[in-house]
Parts: sequence; structure tokens; C-alpha cells
Amino acid sequence: MTTAWITIFVLFLGTALSKAAGPLTTGSRAPSGRALDVTRLVAPAILAGLVAYETFTAGGGFAFDARVAGLAAAGAALAARLPMIAVIILAAAATALTRAIA
Amino acid sequence: MNARWLPMGFAVGPFLSRRPLFRAAQAQALVDASFALSSRGDGTYDRGILFGATLPQFFAWSGGTALGVLGGHVLADPSSLGLDAIFPAFFLVLLAGEVRGRGPLAAALLGAGIALALMPFAPPGVPVLAASAAALIGLRRS
Repeated sequence: MTTAWITIFVLFLGTALSKAAGPLTTGSRAPSGRALDVTRLVAPAILAGLVAYETFTAGGGFAFDARVAGLAAAGAALAARLPMIAVIILAAAATALTRAIA
Repeated sequence: MNARWLPMGFAVGPFLSRRPLFRAAQAQALVDASFALSSRGDGTYDRGILFGATLPQFFAWSGGTALGVLGGHVLADPSSLGLDAIFPAFFLVLLAGEVRGRGPLAAALLGAGIALALMPFAPPGVPVLAASAAALIGLRRS
């Protein structure tokens, strides 16, 4: 039990510090044009990394499983301009269906 | 995995309020969704949207976690319902809102490529952190 709480505390501290590091060092000066050219791309770069990571990892390594069908369904639903909740439900449904068949 | 807050913190840093400790406290409101929503697409970030988007998510996330702990045993196997596909789909929705024009698209493709390339051997969290380096292509065109 103590080990779990120590882990939780260390994670909490690490998260808080990594969130605070940027704001504490950047100051509130208006960033330059070049800096803005980079920061505007941080969101798409990280989100794409998260999509790839959450789709293709299992047990700390690369995995190709039914989640790929879910991601494809989500992509199709987005292309059809369906609302967010529909995109997510369809992704889960496609993954569940693929697992049920396989 | 939580190292991904580092680049996000540097991106939103200049748009928080003045005093250092207060800025560090405000930065704790960073979550993936509010970060994405507060991004105006031109490199600036809207502090109001950052807080506004985090607050409801905080309650939904905490409530959902409590529900899962208390009632999770009802579901024999969450993966049979495809619940593990929810996170990739959620991030894809957020990503779709960000990819306007060539620069963001290139950054997204490169970011995904970096994450995929590192995945087989890098420790957890490193692929996503490294993906943020794709934003550096913004330097090229100016």
C-alpha cells in the first residue's frame, strides 16, 4: 500500500513540475514570430503522437489489433462530419465488432 | 507518459498571467483537450478556454474514475466493448480540429511518424514527448 502511495506522490510531483516548467521559464513576454511558428504546431504534433501511441501500443511495445478498425471508423465518422460522441461510439463499436468476429 | 506536459507548458507559458507561482498553478489546468481547444492556431493560446475546458473535464474524469472503481466489476471485459478505442478516437477528434492547412498537417504526420518509429523500443511516454519535436518544422518556413 505504501509503495502505491509513494508512486502516486512521485507521479503527482512529476506531472505538476512538468506542467509548471514552461510557464515558469517563458515569462509573460509576448513570444516572437518564430516562436509562434513553432508553438502553433505543438498541438497537432502531440495529438498525432497520442493517436499513434494509443492505437498501436500494448504492453509497452508495438501492437496491431482491433483498435486500428476503431481508428478507421473514427476517421470515416469525422469525414462524414458526425458529432464527437458519435465518432467515439462508432470507434468503440467497430473495435468491439472486430474483436467479436476475430 | 506525463512528460508530454513539458512542451505543452512551454507553448502556453507566455499566455498565463504574471506572477510566477500563480503561473505555475494555472499551468496545472493543462489537459490534452483543453490544450487543444485553447490553441488559436496561430501559436497563441486562450487562457480562458484552457480553464473553461478543464473544469468540466475534471469533474467528469474524477466522477468517471469513481464510477469505474465502484462499479467496474459489472463489466467482465472492457476491451470486448472496444472501450480501449475511445482514447485514440478522442485524440483523433481533437487532432481534426487542429489540422487546418499544410503546416499543422505536416507537423501531425511527422509527429505520428516519430511516435510510431520510437514505439517498439523507447520507454512509455518517450514516443509522445518526441512527437512534439515535429513542431520544430515551424522554424523552416520563416
